[in-house]
Amino acid sequence: MQVCTGQVVAFQPFKMSEELFPEPEWLSEEVKTGTTIIAVTFDGGVVLGSDSRVSAGESVVNRVMNKLSPLHDKIYCALSGSAADAQTIAEIVNYQLDVHSIEVEDDPLVCSAATLVKNISYKYKEELSAHLIVAGWDRKKGGQVYATLSGLLTRQPFAIGGSGSFYIHGFVDAEYRKNMTKRECQEFVVNALTLAMGRDGSSGGVAYVVTIDKDGAEEKCVLGNELPKFFDQ
Amino acid sequence: MAVEFDGGVVMGADSRTTTGAYIANRVTDKLTPIHDRIFCCRSGSAADTQAIADAVTYQLGFHSIELDEAPLVQTAASLFRDMCYRYREELMAGIIVAGWDKRRGGQVYTVPVGGMMTRQPVSVGGSGSSYIYGYVDSNYKAGMSKEECLKFTAGALTLAMERDGSSGGVVRLAVISEQGVERQVILGNQLPKFSTV
Repeated sequence: MQVCTGQVVAFQPFKMSEELFPEPEWLSEEVKTGTTIIAVTFDGGVVLGSDSRVSAGESVVNRVMNKLSPLHDKIYCALSGSAADAQTIAEIVNYQLDVHSIEVEDDPLVCSAATLVKNISYKYKEELSAHLIVAGWDRKKGGQVYATLSGLLTRQPFAIGGSGSFYIHGFVDAEYRKNMTKRECQEFVVNALTLAMGRDGSSGGVAYVVTIDKDGAEEKCVLGNELPKFFDQ
Repeated sequence: MAVEFDGGVVMGADSRTTTGAYIANRVTDKLTPIHDRIFCCRSGSAADTQAIADAVTYQLGFHSIELDEAPLVQTAASLFRDMCYRYREELMAGIIVAGWDKRRGGQVYTVPVGGMMTRQPVSVGGSGSSYIYGYVDSNYKAGMSKEECLKFTAGALTLAMERDGSSGGVVRLAVISEQGVERQVILGNQLPKFSTV
């Protein structure tokens, strides 16, 4: 059984009758990345974070998916919503950004990447159900985070998304401060992800963290047992 | 929401009642006394919760006279649970029962929609509660003092009120301990401020 770009291809064993090999429910459920994603700016760059759970109905079909997808060397996007839609948007924008950066003979701006994502999300908003957060570093404006929910485009100091994000609105409102250091930002992201994964059934697994600054992008994976513990654990 | 501390409980609630998009009452008191040192926080349908609270107040008052002593918080919570479970199809009520009794001190019991009952050191409920699970999980510590609990509750309610359209108004607080009940109101302009809020 292979899952690729959100499409499910089933290998059916020889069926003698329906009752002997009943089709599992999750094969007919849409594959969603019920998710928690977060991106935060710090002085000199951005930190993106995501969980790693992909669910189809009540089953977890992938427990180690990296939802932080590179759009360019120093621009990443965080995927949430329908797995197929989000991955496809990311791949298309990756291609469009490559062409654009060759044409202008320079690294693309984060704003350009976000605008390309927004254009697709808005044009096909009836058919798609994916929310991408675009974040990165460029020479012109430093670290930036853009939210592109259903076709809007807004720059924010930080953004959260996905089903798990509802549970941490209060936490991020209370704990976010301007001008955090890189280290503080990474801890803030890991704490936020852990709290959301603890409460949201559709988020879980490990935490992927990507830090982008002028020197490039650094990917890290924080395993389950290394995540911080809170009072009820 | 309600929080236990050593010696009592702190309860808090917002003050908004809505019918659709209209705010029917912007200064509601959702902290309802059930007995001298037992209160409940009401969420869900206002009619349902008021009716249940009235019924339980009567039953608990009768029980306390028969016993000739102050009732236990667990008894009050059980009465809520029995009613919420029996009529679960007709009701839409999420209730947090909290108070102080001589046997076990400060206790918080939550009776969410559906009618289960469980004791928790801190419990949040209502439409705005989803937004503050992260804040509550990270900021609650066992062994907080009364003042810390008050600050924690006021902060959590403020954050929820900022994000949830169905919550707002003022923050009503109540502290229940052996000495009795102290009530406070924090008005809109006196609420704690957070940098992004």
